[in-house]
Amino acid sequence: MESVVDLALLGLLAVTAFGVLHLRNLVAVVMLMGIYSFLSAALFVVLDAVDVAFTEVAVGAGVSTILALGTLALVGTRQKRHAKSPLIPLLIVLVTGGMLVYGTYDLPRWGEPDNPVHGHVAPEYLADHVPLAGDEGDVLEVHIPNIVTTVLASYRGYDTLGETTVVFAAMVGVLTLFVGSRRQRRTGGPPADDEGGSGAS
Amino acid sequence: MEFLGLFNYWVVIFLMMVGFYALISRGNLVKKVVGLNLFQTSVIIFYVSTGKIVGGTAPILIGDDHGVAEGAAEVLYSNPLPHVLMLTAIVVGVATMAMALALVVRIKETYGTVEDDEIQAQVLADEQREGARP
Repeated sequence: MESVVDLALLGLLAVTAFGVLHLRNLVAVVMLMGIYSFLSAALFVVLDAVDVAFTEVAVGAGVSTILALGTLALVGTRQKRHAKSPLIPLLIVLVTGGMLVYGTYDLPRWGEPDNPVHGHVAPEYLADHVPLAGDEGDVLEVHIPNIVTTVLASYRGYDTLGETTVVFAAMVGVLTLFVGSRRQRRTGGPPADDEGGSGAS
Repeated sequence: MEFLGLFNYWVVIFLMMVGFYALISRGNLVKKVVGLNLFQTSVIIFYVSTGKIVGGTAPILIGDDHGVAEGAAEVLYSNPLPHVLMLTAIVVGVATMAMALALVVRIKETYGTVEDDEIQAQVLADEQREGARP
């Protein structure tokens, strides 16, 4: 049953991605990306990654869509018909995809419990929460039932530190770009061509 | 079963290649950013797929606040580690997307277009004007 839902959602994702590629109305593209995010969130629930699912809905379908729509308000919503021949990109993509598909034959099969991924530290993270037979309940190291939260906050806290650094750097970058554009306009630098440009600052 | 065992990976590769194709063949910069986003999501789906165990459940401890329920040790949990890594990746992806879109807005302010061939034509024209002046 899991596999059936998994296959159906993956099929819908593929169709949505194709639509994103072909549409030239960029508002429709952004809306399709919102649908794509919701579909992938549903897929994550089927794949037991509930934390990833709600992050994807909040950040992928929510924040990303708002950012993209805000950008479209400033840069226009029509994509020009591309004049270039699609032959070379298509060739590159087909060759890359073909090599990747060839590589999948060496991957362990999906969903098997004895895959290498499930060895090493993962059982220890789980074992800290599931005392073996004979142990008492107080062997728990971290008293949080959600193991993803435990690993995120306790065992791999430095990941989140790095993530915060990246988000901070991105914020500084975005602010620097927009402050620069405002100063340029105030001092009578090259005028912006679009009327909506003032909304950027 | 051979087919089912690899199907997830193949769809992931398809999504990745659609994103890659949008990135290299489309001239519109917003479309390129969207293609990059597709590519990123496919990697996330790949990681989460590897963590799945068929018949498993979400890695949330079954039991009450004070301990573990009877028989909890026999519950099969999916691997929590890829989930944790991908939580970080999603947030970082949005940060880079915000940065990319801000750059697109600035390019629009400077060149008045977000199509790469028109931008390149303007840059070439500017260079020729610079070269003709002295």
